[in-house]
Amino acid sequence: MSLDLAGILVQTALLLLVAPLVTGCIKNWKAKLQNRRGPRVWQPYSDLAKFLAKSMVISEHASWVFRSAPYVVFLSALVAGLMVPMVSAQAPLSLFGGVLAVVGLLALGRFFLALAGLDPGSAFGGMGSSREMTIAAIAEPAMMLAIFTVAISAGSTNLSQIVQASQAPAWRLLNPIHAMALAALFIVLLAETGRIPIGNPATHLELTMIHEAMLLEYSGRYLALMEWGASIKQLVLMTLLVNVFFPVSLAANASAPALALGFAAYAVKLLALAGAVVVVETTNAKLRLFRVPDLLTAAFVLAALALLSTFLFQ
Amino acid sequence: MEPFSCDLLLKGALCAYLAGVCASLLAARRERLAAVAGFGCAALAGICGIGAAIWALLQGAATPVPTFDLWPSVLPVLKLSLRLDALSAFFLLIVSSLAVALSVYSVGYARAFYGRKNVGVLAAFYNALLLTTTLVFLAANAFFFLLVWELMALSAFFLVSFEHEKPEARKAGVLYFVMSHLGTGCLILAFLLLFQCAGQASGDFGPDSYSFSLFHALGDKMTPGRRDAAFLLFLAGFGVKSGLVPLHIWLPEAHPIAPSNASALLSGVLIKTGIYGLTRVLFDFLGTPPNWWGVTVLSLGTISAVLGVLYALMEHDLKRLLAYHSIENIGIILMGLGASLMFLHTHHEVLAALALAAGLYHTMNHALFKALLFLGAGAVLHATHTRDMEKLGGLIKRMPQTAACFLIGAVAISALPPLNGFVSEWLTYQALLQGFGTTSSLFRLMFPLSGAMLALTGALAAACFVKAFGITFLAQPRSQQAAEAREASPSMIAGMGLLVAACVFLGLFPTTFLRLLDPVTEQLAGIELSPMLSLANGLVLGSSSQPLGGTISTLGIAFAALCLITVPLGLRLWFGRRARTRIGPTWDCGLQGLTPAMEYTATGFSKPIRMIFKALFRPRREVQREYDFSPYFATTLRFESHVEEVFETRIYRPLNRLVLRISRRLRALQAGSLQAYLIYIFITLLLLLLFAL
Repeated sequence: MSLDLAGILVQTALLLLVAPLVTGCIKNWKAKLQNRRGPRVWQPYSDLAKFLAKSMVISEHASWVFRSAPYVVFLSALVAGLMVPMVSAQAPLSLFGGVLAVVGLLALGRFFLALAGLDPGSAFGGMGSSREMTIAAIAEPAMMLAIFTVAISAGSTNLSQIVQASQAPAWRLLNPIHAMALAALFIVLLAETGRIPIGNPATHLELTMIHEAMLLEYSGRYLALMEWGASIKQLVLMTLLVNVFFPVSLAANASAPALALGFAAYAVKLLALAGAVVVVETTNAKLRLFRVPDLLTAAFVLAALALLSTFLFQ
Repeated sequence: MEPFSCDLLLKGALCAYLAGVCASLLAARRERLAAVAGFGCAALAGICGIGAAIWALLQGAATPVPTFDLWPSVLPVLKLSLRLDALSAFFLLIVSSLAVALSVYSVGYARAFYGRKNVGVLAAFYNALLLTTTLVFLAANAFFFLLVWELMALSAFFLVSFEHEKPEARKAGVLYFVMSHLGTGCLILAFLLLFQCAGQASGDFGPDSYSFSLFHALGDKMTPGRRDAAFLLFLAGFGVKSGLVPLHIWLPEAHPIAPSNASALLSGVLIKTGIYGLTRVLFDFLGTPPNWWGVTVLSLGTISAVLGVLYALMEHDLKRLLAYHSIENIGIILMGLGASLMFLHTHHEVLAALALAAGLYHTMNHALFKALLFLGAGAVLHATHTRDMEKLGGLIKRMPQTAACFLIGAVAISALPPLNGFVSEWLTYQALLQGFGTTSSLFRLMFPLSGAMLALTGALAAACFVKAFGITFLAQPRSQQAAEAREASPSMIAGMGLLVAACVFLGLFPTTFLRLLDPVTEQLAGIELSPMLSLANGLVLGSSSQPLGGTISTLGIAFAALCLITVPLGLRLWFGRRARTRIGPTWDCGLQGLTPAMEYTATGFSKPIRMIFKALFRPRREVQREYDFSPYFATTLRFESHVEEVFETRIYRPLNRLVLRISRRLRALQAGSLQAYLIYIFITLLLLLLFAL
């Protein structure tokens, strides 16, 4: 039951460092696929460093909620990330909470983000908050049902145990239960990270923006924390997806070769998922806001079908 | 300590409440004295009650249950006997803790009524409600239970219609009164069924066959038909009191209209008497439940949770919004209880104990954070004289402490870590998740589906409280009243502070609190839960009843976040050495500054939800525009938006019409002629004689 301090430090560093890279890769590849040159993959790091060093302008109407929200968003994503197995099958903080805690912590970040959107009194922020909370509300049951499906198969909500259970010999990649739950969670991932067809991270046009609308009044250090927090959240969700459904070559112990192999496999899986997101983003148009529930209902139905198959096949 | 001292504490609490009633009525002419005496007595009683409850819970279920008669038999039939078993002690703990916090708050809050209403009367009914609620939790026979149950309903009625000069208060009071009596009617019938069976079993129909100790596990001796009838009657009777959908329609009318300290009491404690009744009856009296009971309770709970939060989202009256959330939370509690019944049916006692503990934990949590939120809303109402969120805003600048307390309550009720709402919902999730493996029938799909609905409820509740807190407290004030609001008085802040502390404590130290639940689960499900949880120095709460399960440590999460805060602070030191912070206007798209009219409104905030669930809400809106020369430049604009209360328009109105139509027909009987009445009496007598033969 000892807390693995080295593991915590390594995973914190990984979360902090890999998250902007994934965002950068997605941006770069999306541009390539659209015949543009696009920003370098390292661009997000430069952006963060620039934001961190800049002075801030804070709205005169804003309160301490606005000032504390960046910390809550950043820290909740980071702590949630420590509960998800990344390279090793054992997540460093898995003792402190499983998948329910991850979902709860991300919801806590979202709660404060939405409040921060309302705080400066701009209509854009309010609109962003309203939409963010709505979409999260209809994505949540699909997400929870899909998670329940895998958790039932594993008999636990602890992510390390879920991952280990799906590594067991009974694990099959094309198990219909897993395939449908995976599809459901993939749609939820798109919704939670505000990607096309649900949101559009590349624009500041008020008709399409959700996440950016809430950040409109942020600048400098706080903006850096918000952006960084958002990419950590994206990384956490992507890690959750790849490691729960494809737990190949996760390091079972702390030996160097196992960790190296685990890291390589993790990188490949993560980049593959990022590629999938890029393809979906490029080949689809953004949905009208009131068509989004249809897509998320589809995710819910997929998850429910996965559950029903658990009932039929197990 | 001797059991004697526990009795003494209990009697002390009851006497203090009674003294509170008398003192505040006697001092009614002197408002300040009445408030201090009345609420002071209640606080004192609350402290005694907490002492007695914790003492009883720490003793565990093994020691003999303290039982005593309040008054050596006034009437031969009526025995005023009290019993403090584990379940009663747990609910006594809820009512007593709220009594302390609410009374501290009320001393300051009563100032709002000085010179306007009679504070003495308010304090008297407040004490009376606390006294009768305490007695409901302690009553040890059905006769006494029903008596105090009715007295409780009466005290609550007077609190609801306290501001009786307002027509809506009178209307809400009457609606509450009618619904409450329908419920009591069901309860009387159900208790008569139990009484009959207990009498048959013991061969004695004397006053003792009303005793709760005789009712224990009585259901196993009843015929299935009678047992099911008793179940349904109890469900309806206690369901009305707890605001279960579709019996909830009185709740959003009655709770908001009462003075805010009374609203907190009604939502925090009064509806819990329904939960207490259901738990007592289902787990103590009615024996091993058939499967469909659990299924019914679980489904009704799920429906209540989802519908409660959906209707809450449509409200922009702050206190009505909170009242609808009570329906939601009752639903969540019943999900735990329902799952527990299903586990008892399949003889999974450990899981039954887990689900029961989840439900009861949430009962305690809901009492704390809902009272906190109502007190916060009361402070806002006190300062701005409006409950309409569209007229509020910016209060965090003028009422910073109230805002902080309300925010804690909002985070807790939205089930976000690391506060208490998260812990109890986590327990509920665990119970539901483990439930899938308990049976191979199709019913097992209910567990994860209810879990998904619980997730929906939680996310919608978060959306609702972003709205409630964001629109009320953040951005710019939308009206003159909000701009001139003043911070609540120290006693009000102190009352809210107590509840904040309790929410944080129950969030961070769940294992400590779960130990208090052990005797309850042992009494009702036969299992102590704490030994089943892996306790790592009180840090980790894990439901590892099977080798697998889940672990959670809210304290650990909070600690990890506290350690990791060095990362952003370090970044600030490293990168931001030359960064300065400037205060500037919010981006206004180049207009001449933002006005409050440009802010997002509560109605606007919930519009996407209203559109998505329009099949349920049937939103109706009216827009009237007036313009002089060009349709692009309206001079005035009137906007109205309504949602339909489905249960009221589809069930209660037709029912009401039907009853009225029948009573019009029956009016012919009551012609006013004495001869006719004599004939009726004669015929009735004849029929009864025939029936008796």
